[in-house]
Amino acid sequence: MSESSIPALKSKRRFPFRIHSEPRLSAPPAWYPAVVSLGAIVAALFLGGILIAYAGGDPIRSYLHIAKASFGNIGVISDTIVKATPILLTSLACSVAFRMKLWNIGAEGQFIMGAFGASAVVLTPMLAPETSRWLFIPAMMLAGIAAGAVWGWIPGVLKARFNVNEIISTLMLNYIAVAWVNFWIFAVWTEGGFQMSPKFSLNAWLPRLLDYAKAIPAFRGLTTHLGLLLGILAAFILWLVIYRSRWGYEIRLIGDNPRAAQYAGINITRNTILVMMLSGALAGLGGMSEVSGVVHRLQTSPIAAGYGFTGIIVAWLAKLHPIVIIVVSILFGALILAGREIQPSGVPKMIQGIILVCLIASDFLLRYRVQIVRTHAEG
Amino acid sequence: MDFIVILQAGVASGTVLLFATLGEIFAERSGVLNLGVEGMLLIGAMSAYSVTIATGNLWLGVLTAILLAGLLSQVHAFITITLQADQVVSGLALTFLGVGISLVLGEGLSKAGTVSLMPSFSIPLLSQIPLLGPIFFKEQSVLVYVGYLLTPLAWFYINRTRPGMHLRAVGEYPAAADALGINVYRLRYLYVFMGGMLAGLGGATISLAISPGWFSEMTTGGQGWIAVGLVIFAQWNPLRAAVGSYAFGALRRLILDIQGPTMLLGLRNPFYYNPYWGFFLQMIPYAFTIIVLIIGSREAMRKRLGAPAALGTPYIRGERGL
Repeated sequence: MSESSIPALKSKRRFPFRIHSEPRLSAPPAWYPAVVSLGAIVAALFLGGILIAYAGGDPIRSYLHIAKASFGNIGVISDTIVKATPILLTSLACSVAFRMKLWNIGAEGQFIMGAFGASAVVLTPMLAPETSRWLFIPAMMLAGIAAGAVWGWIPGVLKARFNVNEIISTLMLNYIAVAWVNFWIFAVWTEGGFQMSPKFSLNAWLPRLLDYAKAIPAFRGLTTHLGLLLGILAAFILWLVIYRSRWGYEIRLIGDNPRAAQYAGINITRNTILVMMLSGALAGLGGMSEVSGVVHRLQTSPIAAGYGFTGIIVAWLAKLHPIVIIVVSILFGALILAGREIQPSGVPKMIQGIILVCLIASDFLLRYRVQIVRTHAEG
Repeated sequence: MDFIVILQAGVASGTVLLFATLGEIFAERSGVLNLGVEGMLLIGAMSAYSVTIATGNLWLGVLTAILLAGLLSQVHAFITITLQADQVVSGLALTFLGVGISLVLGEGLSKAGTVSLMPSFSIPLLSQIPLLGPIFFKEQSVLVYVGYLLTPLAWFYINRTRPGMHLRAVGEYPAAADALGINVYRLRYLYVFMGGMLAGLGGATISLAISPGWFSEMTTGGQGWIAVGLVIFAQWNPLRAAVGSYAFGALRRLILDIQGPTMLLGLRNPFYYNPYWGFFLQMIPYAFTIIVLIIGSREAMRKRLGAPAALGTPYIRGERGL
């Protein structure tokens, strides 16, 4: 803050150094933001370590365990990628909405509804269990995307037409989505009274690497599924849309300067609804990929596992860039995969929170030049 | 099903929302949107329960909850006031942080034992008033009465006192307040702290009075977010906040109780005979929050009432702002 350069009148004796900061006049070098983000993560891991130690854990062992349990061999790398896939799609969903400064916190609910939509194709059943994979999987994808888009459309319309705060409406819709799915798996599609649907027929499963183990023995036991490719494809398409299309330009302009966008004749109402739907559709595709690629049945606990919330952090860490999101989601997939085994069990969630806090704080270093200077001799 | 009992319990459970909403009103009136209420509630609930089990002293538990949640809110204050970061993202981060820390420090707390509840008592004469007496003044927890006291106090403080005027000035037009010699940064830190403390009190109310115990994230179950929505419905007015909070509390209570009896208003109770309909009942508070927001936003537009003008924007001294 600039006023800190004005010497205080009251105190005579002062600490001989102080922090002086001033706004940056020119953009920092290209490597600088990456270094700052990295520094923020290191700081976050350090702070997290202190809290883990306080709660009775061993921070260094916890972190080494995370590294080993997520990248130690090809099998766990594959598991890491499986965990990263839903995060990749939800964070793409968040990034497109955040780009327009639409705070869609509802990727979680849209993800759950996507899983519900895809499952409805199998369980209603809209398609017979022996339908070919080539028809089954595209149908499930469409249903998942549509269900997610509807769950994004609701807050979009509420925001555009009634000026309802989208943060709160999307969050409320998360809770509603969970109750909705619970109703279906308890009351309609229950398997023997348990809170889950019956397992899908094999034709409704996304192909996994291990399906090809007969031809390529190295794939044995690897559960990485087609969802990864869907996610990467979605990331590249989203990059094209955001940075290379007219619509993407409109989205970015509304996000950066809504008033200028309005004067330029951009329809903000329409874009609000469309972007929320696109965001919901991406999250819905994530839900489809999870239910058809990993869980293979509709069940609340493994699907509503917080991927939508992790997506927010990943999107922010990647500075909303779709291609960077691919890399960051793999890191967070690792954190979540390995985190399941460390005690106390809240550690991954806490570390995610600390990382996000440190990242936001570190943005200050991008906007301001911060120096530690010697205070003036007088006074 | 006795409606008096439901309303009585509703006032009790609405007290949680009341504390959280009042706290958020203070923070937002000073121009700082703090979306971390859910995290602060959870920290409050966790620390109150944990300290009470460890020491056996309920009041020490409440005090810890207030201080810890206040401390957590200062993370948000530092990031948004001093570092001038986006208040929305920082508030979200605060929720993650609060939830994460609560889960780590609250590990094993659900099996750690039980505590005695905060004391409940009736107010002698007031509880004799027909209808209102049994609802508001009969066998309520001491924290509920604290809520009755805080609500008018908060209204009076904000609207009728000099520090309250400073608070409003900082939220409406910080540059002018600054020119009058009001320390904008210090006041914003202060009121964010106050918001955090009240959220902590709300958290303690959950775990020590309303639904005692520790149920990880389900302890709060999204009430922090409902409180953020209620602030908009309340139009930043503590009295309206109380009405909204108690109504919500009663609604939550009604949903719990409606599935019990076999007969309802002389008819077969559909919720008793179809237990799965309970999932739709669970949706009601959340759907209702959205409806309340629609009403609140429309009314605010019609009456040209709005949020504090500087809400959500950092104050940068010397920069041409609002």
